Amino acid sequence: MDKKIKVLIAKPGLDGHDRGAKVIARGLKEAGMEVVYTGLRQTPEQIVRSAVQEDVDVIGLSILSGAHTHLFPEIMKRLEESDREDIKVIAGGIIPEGDHKELKELGIEAVFQPGTPISEIVEFIEKEVK
Amino acid sequence: MSKKDLKKSQEEWNKKKYKKTVDRFGERKKEFKSDSDRPIKPLYTPLDIEDIDYEDKINYPGLFPFTRGVYPTMYRSKLWTMRQYAGFGNARETNERFRYLLEQGQTGLSVAFDLPTQIGYDSDHPLARGEVGKVGVAIDTLADMEVLFDQIPLDEVSTSMTINAPASVLLAMYMVVAEKQGVSSEELAGTIQNDILKEYIARGTYIFPPEPSLRIITDIFDYCSKEMPKFNTISISGYHIREAGSNAVQELAFTIADGIEYVQAAVDIGMDVDQFAPRLSFFFNAQMDFFEEIAKFRAARRLWAEIMEDRFGAEKDKSKMLRFHTQTAGSALTAQQPMNNIMRVTLQALSAVLGGTQSLHTNSYDEALGLPTEESVKIALRTQQVLAHESGAADTIDPMAGSYYVESLTDRFVKEAKEYIDKIDDLGGMAKAIESGYVQREIQESAYQVQKKIENNDKVVVGVNKFTEEEEKKADNLLKVDPEVENEQIKGLKNIKEKRNEKEVNDALEKVRKAAKNEENLMYPIIEAVKAYASIGEISNVLRDEFGEYEAQYI
Repeated sequence: MDKKIKVLIAKPGLDGHDRGAKVIARGLKEAGMEVVYTGLRQTPEQIVRSAVQEDVDVIGLSILSGAHTHLFPEIMKRLEESDREDIKVIAGGIIPEGDHKELKELGIEAVFQPGTPISEIVEFIEKEVK
Repeated sequence: MSKKDLKKSQEEWNKKKYKKTVDRFGERKKEFKSDSDRPIKPLYTPLDIEDIDYEDKINYPGLFPFTRGVYPTMYRSKLWTMRQYAGFGNARETNERFRYLLEQGQTGLSVAFDLPTQIGYDSDHPLARGEVGKVGVAIDTLADMEVLFDQIPLDEVSTSMTINAPASVLLAMYMVVAEKQGVSSEELAGTIQNDILKEYIARGTYIFPPEPSLRIITDIFDYCSKEMPKFNTISISGYHIREAGSNAVQELAFTIADGIEYVQAAVDIGMDVDQFAPRLSFFFNAQMDFFEEIAKFRAARRLWAEIMEDRFGAEKDKSKMLRFHTQTAGSALTAQQPMNNIMRVTLQALSAVLGGTQSLHTNSYDEALGLPTEESVKIALRTQQVLAHESGAADTIDPMAGSYYVESLTDRFVKEAKEYIDKIDDLGGMAKAIESGYVQREIQESAYQVQKKIENNDKVVVGVNKFTEEEEKKADNLLKVDPEVENEQIKGLKNIKEKRNEKEVNDALEKVRKAAKNEENLMYPIIEAVKAYASIGEISNVLRDEFGEYEAQYI
C-alpha cells in the first residue's frame, strides 16, 4: 500500500480567518491524506519547524491578511536552511493575482483563489507528490 | 373564510392543481431547501401563520416584542446609517478615505484596525512584521488617533470601531481625541465591537482568557453607563460566526447566547440590567437566502426582547430593543466574474433594510481579490443610496410582515434558536460551550457541508460552478498598501517614545497594573496611560502579565 500523503495546513501571520483552512484540512483528510493543522498566528519559524518535525510532503499556507509578501519568503528561506526544499508549498486565501508570479518564483507551487474546489487541490497535490 | 374551509380548499388545490401539474411537468429540484438546510414548502398560506398572535408575537413597530422594528416610524423619519468599514495603511491615509466617504454622503464612520492593533501589539513587535497597515489602520499611540480623526468633528459623526480584546484602550483614545477637540464624552455617539466571545469562536483576535476578558467588558459597561451614555458599549456579533460557516439559525442562536453571557456577567457583578442594557447593540450578516435573512432579523428582535424580559427582568423598553448593524456577506463574494458581486450585495443589503437594520455596510465587489478601491467602495455606497431613495423599500415600515412565508420563517427561527440556547444553557453557558468546542464544531460542520454542496453542484454559485467563463476578466487597479507604511509607522512610534515623559508613562502603567490586580475599573487608569502616550502594546502587555493569554484548542 502506498504511504499516505502528509500535509501541514498552516496559518501564518495574525489573521484569524480559518474557515478555509479548516474546510481544506477536512477535505484533504476525506481524500485519504494525513493532515495536521497548526492553528492561528504561526510564525514562519514555527511553521517550518512543524513541517520538519511532522515530516510532511506538503505545506498548505492559508492567509487573508495581505502579509504573504513578507511571510512567504521567510518560510521559503527557512525551508531551504533546513534542507527541506523537497517539501512542496501551496497557498490559498486572499492573494491578489498580481502577486502570484512573485510567489511562484519563490518556489511556491500553486496559489489557489477563493472558490477553488477541494477536488482540484487534491488532484494537484497527488500529481505533485509522486 | 373559516379555518376548516381553508384547510379544505388548500387540500383541494394541492390535489387537483399542484400535484397534477407536478406529475406532468415535474419540479426543478428533487428537494427545495433553504440556506440553513430546512425544507421549503411549495406554498405558504394563512394556515402556516394561524398560531401566531399578532399583538403577542409581532405587534406594532416600537412595541414589545419589536418584531416589526424598534422605532415607531423606522425609515420614514430617519434612514439607516450608511456606514462603510474602512481603514488601511497609516492614520493619514485612512483619514483621507474617511473624509472622502463623508463627502460622498456616508453618514457614519467605521474604523478597521490592522491586526497588530487588534491583538495589542505595537507596530515594532516581531509578530507585527508584514502586517502593519494591511487589513486596517495601524494605531500605536494617541498620536495616531489624533491624525485619524483630524478635521472630523466627533460631535457630528458617530464612529464604530472594530476592536475587541484591546477595546478599552481604543475607546480611551477616542475619548481623549474628542476631549482635545472640545467634545465631551457625554456627546459621543458610536460603537465599539468589544465582543470577545465570538473572537474565540470565529474571528481569532483574542488576547486574554475568557474570565478577565469578560471583566474588561463589564468594566466598559460600567464606565460608559456613567460617562458615555450615548455610546454603544458592545456590538454582539453574529457576522463573523456566519462568515466562519454557520447557517442563519446558528448565527442567530450563538449571537443571542453570547448576549446572554454578557448580560449575565454584568448582572453577576451587581449591575442593574436597565442601567447598561439600553447600550448593547448587535451586528449581523446579510447572506444570499433573501427571505431567511429577513426572517432572521425580525426573529432576533423578538427573541432578544423576550429574553431580556423573561430571563433578566428588564423593565425599560430600551433594554429589550435589539438594535443592529448589518454587513453584507464577505464569504458570498466570488473571485470569479467579480462584477456579479454588485448584484449579490444589492440583494443582501435589501434583506437588511427589509429586516429593519439600524446601520449598514455594503461590501465592495472586488473584496475576494484584495482591498477595495475608492471606485468599488463608491459603488457599494451608491447601492445603499439607490435602495434608500429609489426602491421604495424604506417608505413603509416592515413591508414583509404578513407574508405567510416570512412570518412562518420568523416564528421558526425563534423556536429553533431557542433550542440551541437551551442546549448551551445545559452546557453551562456560552463561555463553557466554547471551551468544550461545541459551538466551533457546529459551525465547522455547516461550513464543510456548504462546501460539499457547492462541489457537488447541489448549490449553484453563478460564475463558480455554473455559467463559468474560460477567460476571467480580473479586476485590476487593486489597492496596494505601500510597504513603506510599516517603516514609517515604526519610526513614528520611536519618535513619540522619545518625546513623551517616561516617568509619567511608567506611573500610569503601574496604575493600570494595580487596577487589574485590585479589581478596580480599568477604564480610568487606561485613560490616564493613553493621555501620557503609552502605546497599545505597552498597556496590553501589562494586562498580559496580569491576566495571561488565551490558548485556542484545535479540533
